[in-house]
This record gives sequence, C-alpha cells and structure tokens, in this order.
Amino acid sequence: MKIIACIKQVPDSEAKVKAEGGQVSWGDAPLVINPFDEYAVEGALQQKEATGGTVTALCVGPESAKEALKHALAMGADEAILVSDAALSDLDTVGAAKVLAAAIKKVGDADMVVFGRQTLDNGAGLTPPQTARLLGYPMLGLAGSIKVEGSAVTVERVLEEGRQIMKANLPAVLSVVQSIGEPRYPSFMGIRKASKANIPVWSLADLGISAPAVVVTRSELITPPTNTREVEMITGESPAEIAEKLADKIIAEKVL
Amino acid sequence: MDFELSEEQKVWQKIVHDFAEKELRPMAREVDEKEEFNWEAFRKAGPVGLAGMSIPEEYGGSNVDMISNAIAFEELGWGCGSTALAFTAHNGLGTSPIALYGSEELKKKWLPIVSSGKYKLGALALTEPGAGSDIQGGVTTRAEKDGDEWVINGAKMWNTNASIAEYIITLVRTDPKGGSKSLSMILVPTDAKGLSIAPAEKKMGLRGSPTHSVTYDNVRVPLGNLIGPEGRGLQQTLTTLDAGRISIGAISIGLARAAMEAAIQYAKDRKAFNQSLADFQAIQFKFANMEMEIELARTYIYKAAWLKEQGRPYSKEAAIAKLYATEMAERVIYDAIQIHGGYGYSREYGVERMYRDARLMTIGEGTSEIQRLVISRHVLA
Repeated sequence: MKIIACIKQVPDSEAKVKAEGGQVSWGDAPLVINPFDEYAVEGALQQKEATGGTVTALCVGPESAKEALKHALAMGADEAILVSDAALSDLDTVGAAKVLAAAIKKVGDADMVVFGRQTLDNGAGLTPPQTARLLGYPMLGLAGSIKVEGSAVTVERVLEEGRQIMKANLPAVLSVVQSIGEPRYPSFMGIRKASKANIPVWSLADLGISAPAVVVTRSELITPPTNTREVEMITGESPAEIAEKLADKIIAEKVL
Repeated sequence: MDFELSEEQKVWQKIVHDFAEKELRPMAREVDEKEEFNWEAFRKAGPVGLAGMSIPEEYGGSNVDMISNAIAFEELGWGCGSTALAFTAHNGLGTSPIALYGSEELKKKWLPIVSSGKYKLGALALTEPGAGSDIQGGVTTRAEKDGDEWVINGAKMWNTNASIAEYIITLVRTDPKGGSKSLSMILVPTDAKGLSIAPAEKKMGLRGSPTHSVTYDNVRVPLGNLIGPEGRGLQQTLTTLDAGRISIGAISIGLARAAMEAAIQYAKDRKAFNQSLADFQAIQFKFANMEMEIELARTYIYKAAWLKEQGRPYSKEAAIAKLYATEMAERVIYDAIQIHGGYGYSREYGVERMYRDARLMTIGEGTSEIQRLVISRHVLA
C-alpha cells in the first residue's frame, strides 16, 4: 500500500502571536512539525506495519520545512517530498489543497492520503476534505482508528456526538485524531537516516500548475473587546446567612 | 575549532529532551518514593535507541557517538536521576563490554535482547564487600575452569541493575597469583543456578535505580561466556569506566540544570519584602554562579567526549570532566535548595531529591578521590 502523509511546519505551540498593521506574525518562534500531523505520520506508519508498503511524507512550505519532513523520516517514513515555490507565500486552505492534490498526483498511485485533523497555526481543518474533493477520493475525517481490508478502508470517526463507523473504497483521504495512538518518538537510527536523506524539492512548474488564486484574505484585524468583571465577596456570620444573601442576590440579578 | 553541535546531534537533543519530559520527569518523584524502576520508560527507550547507545546497529543498537551520548544523559538526568543512572549502568557498563570485547556469539545472543527495551537490562559487577576503588588487588570473586564451564564463587556489592538485568557481567579473578593480568570479565545470566541477588539496598537517593549485593555459589556458565581474552578484565574495566565517567558527569549536569530551572521559577514567583526573590542581588549572584558552573562543566564534558570520538587519549579529561561536573552539581543544587528556603527541604519540591541523587555521582564509577588520583598521575608522570 502506498501511503502519503501530508504534514505542515508550524510555529511551536508556545509561540506568541503578534498582530500589527493588519498582519499576523509568529515572530521568530521555533518551527516544528504540526503536532496534529505527528498523529498523521503515526497513523500512516501503523498502516504500513499492518499491511506493508511505503509511507511518503509530503509538505508544502519554505525550505525550512525540510526539518518537519526530517522529523517524519526519523519517525520511520520511507521518503519525503517538499513542495516549495516563491509564488506560494500566501496560501489559503483551497490553495494548499490544490498544490497538495497536484503533488499527490505527481507522486502517483497513492492508496491512502493521511492528514492530521487540523494545523496548529490556522486550524481550519479544511484542507483534508478540499484535497479529497480535488482528487475525487472519498473523505473519511476525524478517524480514531483505521482498518484496511482488501481494497476498502473502515474508520471509526471520533465525533462530539459519539463514534461513527464509515467504510470507503481506496484510494481515500483520511484525517486522524489523537485516538489513533501517541506518535512514536523518532529514533537515533531514524535521525541518522533522515540527516542523510535527499529530500526532493518540487516547484509549481514541476507540478505543472500555477500559483492558486487566494480566495480567503484577512480584511481587518480586531482586538477582542475587553471584558471587565467585578467581584463581590459575600460575608456573614454563618454559612446559612451567607447562603441566604447569595440566594437573594441570584434572584435579584435574575440569574435564575 | 567548532563548538556547534551537528544537525543530527541537535535533533537528538530535542528528542531525548521530549522523551525525558514525557516519560521520566512525571514519574521521578514516584520512582524515588516507591523505590521502583521506571519500566515503562525503558520499554519506550528501546525503539528510540536509548537502550542500545553503545551497541552497533547490526545488533539492534543505535551506536551513538560519544557527544550524542553525553547529550542524551544530560537530558535523562534532567528528567530523573534514578532512571538516568539505570540507563547509564545498562548502556555504558552493562552492554559496551560485550559490544567492544565480546565474541560474535555473545553479541548475537544478548545485544539484540537488551537493546530492544522489551526485556531486561544489562549490569556490570565490579565492586566487592572488600574491594571498591582497589580493583586490581581487591577482587576476590574467583572463576575456575571445570571442563567446558567456568565455576564462579564470591560476592559483589553495589551492583546497579542486578535485579532488573538479563545478565551480570562479572569481574572475576581467573589467575590466583594476582597482578594486572589476573582478572577477566564473564557474563552470568541472572537465572543461573547458585546466583543470589539480595533485596535492593536502602539508599539516600537514586532510589528508583535498584542496587544489590550479589553472591555466586558455584555458579556454572559456559567457557564461551568469557568476554574478551582471559586476563584482560582489568584493562577492559578501566576503559569501560573512562567512558562511563562522561555519562555520569552528563547526568550530573542534567540534575544541576533541573534544579537551577526550578530555582529560577521559584525566585521569579516568590515575593519577599515587596519584591520577587529574583530581584535581590544575593539571589542573582547565585544564579550567575550556577550558570557559569553548568556551562563550564558541559563544555568540558563535550571536550572529553570529543577526544574519545577522535580516538585520542581522554582518560585524564574524562576524570576532570566527571570530577568537576559531579562536584559542581552538588554546589548548584545546594544553592537551588537555599533559594527555595524551607520549601526546598520539602519532598513536595523536586530539588531535595536532586540533591540526594547528585550525591552518588561523586562516588559511583570512580570516587572524586580516584579522579584526583588519575589526574595527578597524568600531571606528575
């Protein structure tokens, strides 16, 4: 089975967001593999171990994103591909999906494409279904477990309402959630392999597409209104008296 | 000169740090209080390569370079002194003699097992009730040939990992006449008949790393369990200890760093006389000293590790690195407790445990006195 794990490089979760002059920036925060995508790599590796085959890590991003791909290689991915092009500095989710779909087609013969549930920076979680639609593959989102039998894949989706079992024919696009299992630690053997790995960089020309037009833009940045609260301590001689005063307050404020 | 870690080493540092933060640190207090080894961390250590750092890849190990070894033990020591000690006794002492001197048969049989993390650890038994630093003259545990077997009789003390080990590499006297060629290393599986491992010693610190006395009563193992040539045990031991000193020094740096980080947090949070502790110059100067000492110790540990990696003599440098790093850790953690005041003396806060853990580091794998002896012999040679 040929599995492609789509990953992104994002600012570390402790990064401080700066919003100045209508622009959002992460400052010089360290960049890491999107934590949700570590689950994608884990899920992909589990399927490789269960059914054989290969895992290719795929990333769209600047040259620095090779570090995120190396993390995936060190975890055990067989190969890594970076799509990088100066024309891709401003991508929304549809744009990212278009570039990923083109890259997935260029890789060719993918049986399964695995995403994390969302990214840590923008967090829309839209890229996986958009990519599925562009590829014409079924989309199985928020999978907590994956089982491949023959040419079909069955997942258990982890939803707010409960669990949902869904089955689709391969090839399919999946997004996975934490229930898939803790991502394995990269190993020293993996790091050694990753540091020697040659990661091909594909440009838009290599993919045969032009830079996708931006559909979503930020029109304005608004600081959330400040929320002022007042605290009033209710005192009294006895707990009963305090409770009575509190009850009166609650009724007076029409809380109940 | 180049003071930069390689890309590989930087990534490794981050991964071992994450590992220590998730697998060691949350359990550090519990393993100390319950006196239990952190098995789960060892199970997870195998696939990362932390259980086979001295073992070639063909036998399932990660065979890390000596600087990566120092990096790993600093991070592990930062996470939990006990677990770090058990890991270094396993990697450095319990597996490297087989990897360096063992027969192909011994390597194939044992190294994949102990590097996997799925089973038990390795151990090395040197010290005896009447022999610590004086290995050459003091070891009385005897091994005699009988047919195609060695018959071992004697007793060992302060054996780290014995109860959690697959085997104990035992330093024995194979020539009763004595001298520098009278000792040998023999691998003794822990299920061997006649081998008794006593309950764990009651220790001041590092209580999550079991230490035992072990007795050998007509223990029989195949002649093939000899590690390296007969009579080379002393030299093999001294070489093993040189490398182990780098790891013990690195663990000490990790302990010191953890204590300093805790003290920084406390000093910033705690208010006294209307300002935070960190605003007092008396406290600031303590941090300056801590930072200076930790940086110096690490730089020198890396130097010793680098020399070993270059294949150059490093015995003196390893002694300096171990001596300085371990005594530094005691000073730094002493100050970290001082900054914490009464809370530092409480078991609620980790710094008292780090202090107890650090105390062993100036004793194990060559006392500070032995390190000074090694250094002075080089100076006065």
